[in-house]
Amino acid sequence: MALASISEAQVWDWLEDVPDPEIPVISVVDLGVVRAVNVMDSNAVEVTVTPTYSGCPAMAVISMDIETALAKQGIKKISLKTQIAPAWTTDWLSEKGRARLESYGIAPPRAAGGPERCPRCKSEAVERVSQFGSTPCKAQWRCAECLEPFDYFKCI
Amino acid sequence: MAGTSNPTQIDGQLFEFLLRQGDNVLVLGHRTSEWCGVAPALEEDIALTNTALDLIGQTQLWLGYAGEVEGKGRSANDLAFLRDVYDFRNVLMLEVPNEDFGRTLMRQFLFDAFQVPWLTALCASSNQNVADIAAKSVKEAIYHLDRSTETVIALGDGTEESNARMQSALDYLWPYVGELFGEDDVDKAMHEAGVAPMPATLRGDWETTVNSTLSQACLTLPDSKFAHSGGRTGFRHTEHLGHMLATMQTLQRSYPGAAW
Repeated sequence: MALASISEAQVWDWLEDVPDPEIPVISVVDLGVVRAVNVMDSNAVEVTVTPTYSGCPAMAVISMDIETALAKQGIKKISLKTQIAPAWTTDWLSEKGRARLESYGIAPPRAAGGPERCPRCKSEAVERVSQFGSTPCKAQWRCAECLEPFDYFKCI
Repeated sequence: MAGTSNPTQIDGQLFEFLLRQGDNVLVLGHRTSEWCGVAPALEEDIALTNTALDLIGQTQLWLGYAGEVEGKGRSANDLAFLRDVYDFRNVLMLEVPNEDFGRTLMRQFLFDAFQVPWLTALCASSNQNVADIAAKSVKEAIYHLDRSTETVIALGDGTEESNARMQSALDYLWPYVGELFGEDDVDKAMHEAGVAPMPATLRGDWETTVNSTLSQACLTLPDSKFAHSGGRTGFRHTEHLGHMLATMQTLQRSYPGAAW
């Protein structure tokens, strides 16, 4: 497919459709790991990504998924740049991302250091089970009302 | 040595400094990963392996930059898997065996209590790469310190058995803590170049954290001022590091360059 010209906004749109491999309801853009998009010409795009946690194994998959998504749109030359500063923060999660996390059953991060409420029954009677969870970015909590355990997206 | 500004010498000392940072988190990361699948409870297993993952992630940043500074084309993987015992620059406390869950968490706590003020100070380093890596790592270190502090208090102020084990862990590890605050030509060169503070200047902060936590944990601070050394210069490691590397490096030693 030959492209006349593409805009940065177009590339951001395409990246909106690349799901996080561990939490597929949010995109890599919602997660805040895509820091910059630079269109060199109609065939070459550079994407700058930042890791969530320094050892997060999902980063390799995220990079691969971004390359695959752009290649599907006909981009021939895709370069991925990793940048660690400024360090990723949960403040970069989009509002849409936060809402989707909650409806998926993961309590979104909060500066107070714990979830506001149970993502299932919305009760505020919640307690921590463990500071660590199924991925580096999550902790395990439980609801004292509906008794369901749930993931909390840690605030960093 | 002090006061010289020969660029090669500074780079050599920066390389040493970076190996110390990288090897500390690599060796502790590997030791912590030994708990994967065998921790006392599922939540603890997950916590330990996540901690190990953070530490190995930080290792990639430190050793990756060390390789660049060295300029011989060695990657973080080369440095981790193809160096021998005496090339390692970690403090000895991090290489001794885990023994039990109590000693593992006591060591994590003693290290985290150092690492948080240390990395915080490094965020203001004159070397931008060092500052960036520190800023990324300190977020994880703060989280580790929260957990290790809570666990040390819970186990210390727990049953007679858990208290005794934590006291014995503390007694065993105590002679190793002094090395965290060591100083030599590398430290002086980094200090003069504004890369890092002298580690000894953090001792006050560290003691405040440690004293308050250990007293809440009903544990007694050992009297001894003796401090083992030799790890951060590579002069003398314990006999345990070689065994650990034999396991950690076996794949790259048997199949050099293997990748997946």
